[in-house]
Amino acid sequence: VYRILSKVTLTPVTTEYVIEAPEIARKAQAGQFVIVRVHEHGERIPLTIADNDVEAGTITVVAQEIGASTRRMKELNVGDGMASFTGPLGRPTEMENYGTVVLVGGGLGIAAIHPICRALRQAGNHVIGIIGARSGDLLFWEDKMRLVTDELIVVTDDGSYARKALVTVPLKELIEARTISRVWGIGPAIMMKFVSLTTLPYGVKTIVSLNSVMVDGTGMCGACRVSVGGRTYFACVDGPEFDAHQVDWDLLFSRQRFYLAEEKRSAELFEQTRQQKAEQEDAR
Amino acid sequence: MATGTPQENLRHTMPAQDPKVRAHNFDEVALGYDLQTAQEEALRCIQCKRPLCVTGCPVQVRIPEFIRALREGDLWQAVEYLKDHNSLPAICGRVCPQETQCEAVCVLSRRGQPVAIGRLERFVADWEREQGVRVPEVAPSNGIRVAVIGSGPAGLTAAGDLAKKGYQVDILEALHESGGVLVYGIPEFRLPKAVVAAEINYLRSLGVTVRYNTVIGKLYSLSELLQEYQAVFLGTGAGLPIMMNIPGENLNGVYSANELLTRVNLMKAFDFPNWDTPVRVGERVAVVGAGNVAMDAARSSLRLGAKAVHIVYRRSRDEVPARAEEVEHAQEEGIIFDFLTNPIAVLGNEQGVVAGIRCIRMTLGEPDSSGRRSPVPMEGSEFDMPMDTVVMALGTRPNPLVFTEALGLQRSRQGTAVARSETGRTTLERVWAGGDIVTGAATVISAMGAGRVAANDIDAYFHGGSSGYWVQESESEPA
Repeated sequence: VYRILSKVTLTPVTTEYVIEAPEIARKAQAGQFVIVRVHEHGERIPLTIADNDVEAGTITVVAQEIGASTRRMKELNVGDGMASFTGPLGRPTEMENYGTVVLVGGGLGIAAIHPICRALRQAGNHVIGIIGARSGDLLFWEDKMRLVTDELIVVTDDGSYARKALVTVPLKELIEARTISRVWGIGPAIMMKFVSLTTLPYGVKTIVSLNSVMVDGTGMCGACRVSVGGRTYFACVDGPEFDAHQVDWDLLFSRQRFYLAEEKRSAELFEQTRQQKAEQEDAR
Repeated sequence: MATGTPQENLRHTMPAQDPKVRAHNFDEVALGYDLQTAQEEALRCIQCKRPLCVTGCPVQVRIPEFIRALREGDLWQAVEYLKDHNSLPAICGRVCPQETQCEAVCVLSRRGQPVAIGRLERFVADWEREQGVRVPEVAPSNGIRVAVIGSGPAGLTAAGDLAKKGYQVDILEALHESGGVLVYGIPEFRLPKAVVAAEINYLRSLGVTVRYNTVIGKLYSLSELLQEYQAVFLGTGAGLPIMMNIPGENLNGVYSANELLTRVNLMKAFDFPNWDTPVRVGERVAVVGAGNVAMDAARSSLRLGAKAVHIVYRRSRDEVPARAEEVEHAQEEGIIFDFLTNPIAVLGNEQGVVAGIRCIRMTLGEPDSSGRRSPVPMEGSEFDMPMDTVVMALGTRPNPLVFTEALGLQRSRQGTAVARSETGRTTLERVWAGGDIVTGAATVISAMGAGRVAANDIDAYFHGGSSGYWVQESESEPA
């Protein structure tokens, strides 16, 4: 079960997987996530649902190869299965016709805003997408994003592709030029903080999806605690979406970093093992 | 009557791993009786005509009968008596608070130590597992499909009983392993996971199916399940951690006991990096609370390499809610107990990591609603203790996820499901509930008992027609 039906390398660090998960596909809504265990000894890692196909019974996720689990996931082939695949978890995005909305996706966040753009558009919104990455080779799904947005702005930090700008630059221009009812910002925590700082002076309600460390993803452990408006929430069951202007960003940064040393260690161990295996095979 | 020498008034000790050794491994601490010791201990039982032990047991296990069969050497008969009222004896023998239940009222305790009922229960159940559990006769299938939500003690029991009666049972489990609190909460050194796995295998042999990674309230709502199944049993326990709401509680290095234990037990973080999930525990650890979960968290921290582990508890030794054996084992292993002490803040360093806790001394005042004397802070007694890790073990509440789109299912103000204790029936037709989701965090044995009550009532419902009734509206809020 939970077989990989297709696997596409999107960038040097991100891979798209289409997973057979008919029950989840039937129920998934924009803004929700799954918890994936790649192998029997694997961590439970949260991945945003980037797409779902009810008829085909599939869920699409995009993973960035950072830790041991995502590196190991990359090693799997079409036809291989995940040890477990649990979802849909988290609260869905609040859907209504807000008017004109802007969705900012940075890096991996592009995959996360994709289903939200589609659902918002179906709900009657005029959807403007802003997608960005450090450089052109890290950008993905531009074509897919065009299909779910009314307007799409593409930027790169270094200008190696499309317009040279941080995602916050076109965001600010849009807010100053037009009436924007609501903004979503999903990507690295630091990007989300700057999206929040950009919209704050204009009083435009802004939603971010907080990617804190999780274990079970069902509200059982509280590893994913975040502080929003001075109150503690569990991102897995109370979120992952929260009002950006109320988020305690320093706490999020700090809690995201707690296991960095261990993550590095297990990623290195994984690379070592992979290298050894490759050498053994070469020797044969 | 036991009128012999004082020696006869003492129970047989159960061998255990040396405290110095076991403080560094996750292997089971208590090693269990051998047959000879078990039979000698069984001989201490005076076979009361009106046995008090049975009344002290939440599920009225046939204690004198199983002990008699044991000493007569008819172990299969002992198994039968034991399992007549308790479907999980290998587990209850290890985790029941016998000293406040069956053993508390044993007549021998008036003149010495009570019969070691829990140890005998464990012995008989372990013996059975070693022989290879006999699959009981299963009634022919009646075609009625029942969903059991949660695979903890309540769910396992309900599933087993219903399967034996011929029901087609699916267990729906949110996690990737079955056993609920028995696998994510209680550590290996207290309850080996092989013991739990044996119970799951037993259920499989009865034809029960487990659907893993199935989060009810998310993947399916209760209403949807009622279309697929003719009856639903809710046994999702109390899995939501309670925090203190004090400053600094979100610092790195502050865990809920659930997080620490889930990382260690379910995700095997003690074997990192062979298992991918890490856990970081510093040299100095404070565990807040003094229940079984607090003892488990403290002793796990020690085994993960902590040098000094404190139990910080706002009441005194007399009010400690943990099993006596766990407290004893913790003390032997060198856990430090700070009684009448309550944290008022967690202190952090510049990196946002725990550096200590600020505590206040407490004194005991008048008894509160729980009958225990309530702790009162002593003004001006604040002091700091340097710490690297803080674990909050203050209890748990039911997880509200299962109530999503469960219209008509009433909840109490405490978030528990409203259900009749004699039947397990909730306010929603064809839905039963039992265990911690109804009572709030309690014991394995009471959850087991509630699973059995519900299974019997589900059977009565399908065979007795309209005799039953669902709970009427009471002092509760709609879900």
